[in-house]
Amino acid sequence: MGLLSRLIKWARIKSPWILHLNTGGCNACDIEVLATLMPRFDVERFGIILMGSPRHADVLVCTGPITKQMKPRFRKLYEQVPDPKFVMAVGNCACTGGVFKGCYGIEGGIDTAIPVDIYVPGCPPKPEAIIDGVAKLLAKLQNL
Amino acid sequence: MSRNIIPIGPQHPALHEPEHFQIIVEGETVVDVKPRIGYVHRGIEKALENRTYIQGAFLVERVCGICSNAHQCTFMMAAEEAGGIEVSEKAQFIRTIVAELERIHSHLLWLGAAGLEIGFETLFMYVWRDREVVMDLLEAISGNRVNYAMNILGGVRRDISPELADKIRKGLDYLEERTNYYKKLCLEESTIHKRTEDIGVLDPVTGVKLGAVGPTIRASGVKFDVRKNDPHLKYDEADFELITWDTCDTFGRVVVRVLETIESIKIIRWCLDHMPKKGDIMPEKLIRRVPEGEAYSRFEAQRGELVYYLKSNGTDKPYRVKIRTPTMANILSLAEILKGCYIADVPIALASIDPCFSCEDRVTFVDIEKGKTWTWTREELRKYSREFNEREKRW
Repeated sequence: MGLLSRLIKWARIKSPWILHLNTGGCNACDIEVLATLMPRFDVERFGIILMGSPRHADVLVCTGPITKQMKPRFRKLYEQVPDPKFVMAVGNCACTGGVFKGCYGIEGGIDTAIPVDIYVPGCPPKPEAIIDGVAKLLAKLQNL
Repeated sequence: MSRNIIPIGPQHPALHEPEHFQIIVEGETVVDVKPRIGYVHRGIEKALENRTYIQGAFLVERVCGICSNAHQCTFMMAAEEAGGIEVSEKAQFIRTIVAELERIHSHLLWLGAAGLEIGFETLFMYVWRDREVVMDLLEAISGNRVNYAMNILGGVRRDISPELADKIRKGLDYLEERTNYYKKLCLEESTIHKRTEDIGVLDPVTGVKLGAVGPTIRASGVKFDVRKNDPHLKYDEADFELITWDTCDTFGRVVVRVLETIESIKIIRWCLDHMPKKGDIMPEKLIRRVPEGEAYSRFEAQRGELVYYLKSNGTDKPYRVKIRTPTMANILSLAEILKGCYIADVPIALASIDPCFSCEDRVTFVDIEKGKTWTWTREELRKYSREFNEREKRW
């Protein structure tokens, strides 16, 4: 591995920027994802920063089941994220569709639309669980 | 001056759910707003018809994760009223306590988010740190930080022991101290005054006409609160004041929410003092079927009046459920609120109704005459907002 690619890998592990995206969930996971970034849990110490634009993000943090209306837009958004991109599905709905399974408005979990790297189950998962998911994702980046 | 359309949403990075707004501007001033809702449409009302009351209780909680207890409690109140099911005294007290704790959590969350919108990030971090105290209390009561699943037909799932009550009192002392500090801050800090005063004005007549509810209408001086007007749970006995503010603008909405947090702390203290020591919290036998009937139940959720209509047909599944959420009621007045705002004030004015969705993430600006399109992220919009305010010497 050359110096440059080693440097890129180091930078990627030290500062994964995330884009938080609600694809039709109930807000519960969203406030927990946000709480993870707040003073008590503070994942910013891993270099994680919430970004506003998909073009700046490395990791897509998705919450909620995919609604039929949101699916085409969500795919577009996924395509805007530069490679290599990683997807984290936070919450039961994002993993499988959860409690909304069978509702006519939803498609199912995030993985019905895009490939997912890390699943964090829970309704909503506690910030500790989300941090665990983040740590596992960072380990995955290490072996890339 | 030429009219331009600014589409906002449906993706956004921070708090809220996907939603789309078309904001029509003349130069820097907003002249009209067209909301386009439905990105989070999941079909919950229909799904409730295929689920038993016990399953449905978990589904209605997830209409909105921030007011989850309000939804579940209203659903249960509607079913209990339709079927004539009794709820014990103690269960009513516990429901009131959880409802008010949830209000504190939601109002603090909103205050932090509002701080972020006006570029006051210290407030955001402070408030979210203090909010963790409420989350701990809710976790101690229900076992989960969000989505508490406290209500069942005819009662609640978990009891509040005297030790837990002491813990809640201790938490409330801390929260009261902090909330009084935020009250002082909101009333005196010039950053908040300058960014919120006379922005997003909603006069009471228009507000009532368009059916605005909750802190949005109370900030316009209208005394409308289901807890006072049509008391449910223990609100008819509890000692608290109906908070209103007469400035009709975003500043009023900030102040109303902060003052309501203090009232909520008062209500919880009263409930803890007057709660019967003994008594059942739930019926001996789990109720599965609701006798035939229909009911209309109202609840003062954090964002305003929440309404459930329920028709039961004697089976274990409801025949029809209709939900009207406070944001749905407030969305009509949102157009009035945003009219006359500057583009830079749109994020805070939009946030001032505490919408269950918001989407300042990606803004595309379209100049119709030149046929030019460009895109701003929420960060860029916020940056523009700060620059604009500095330029105009509004700080």
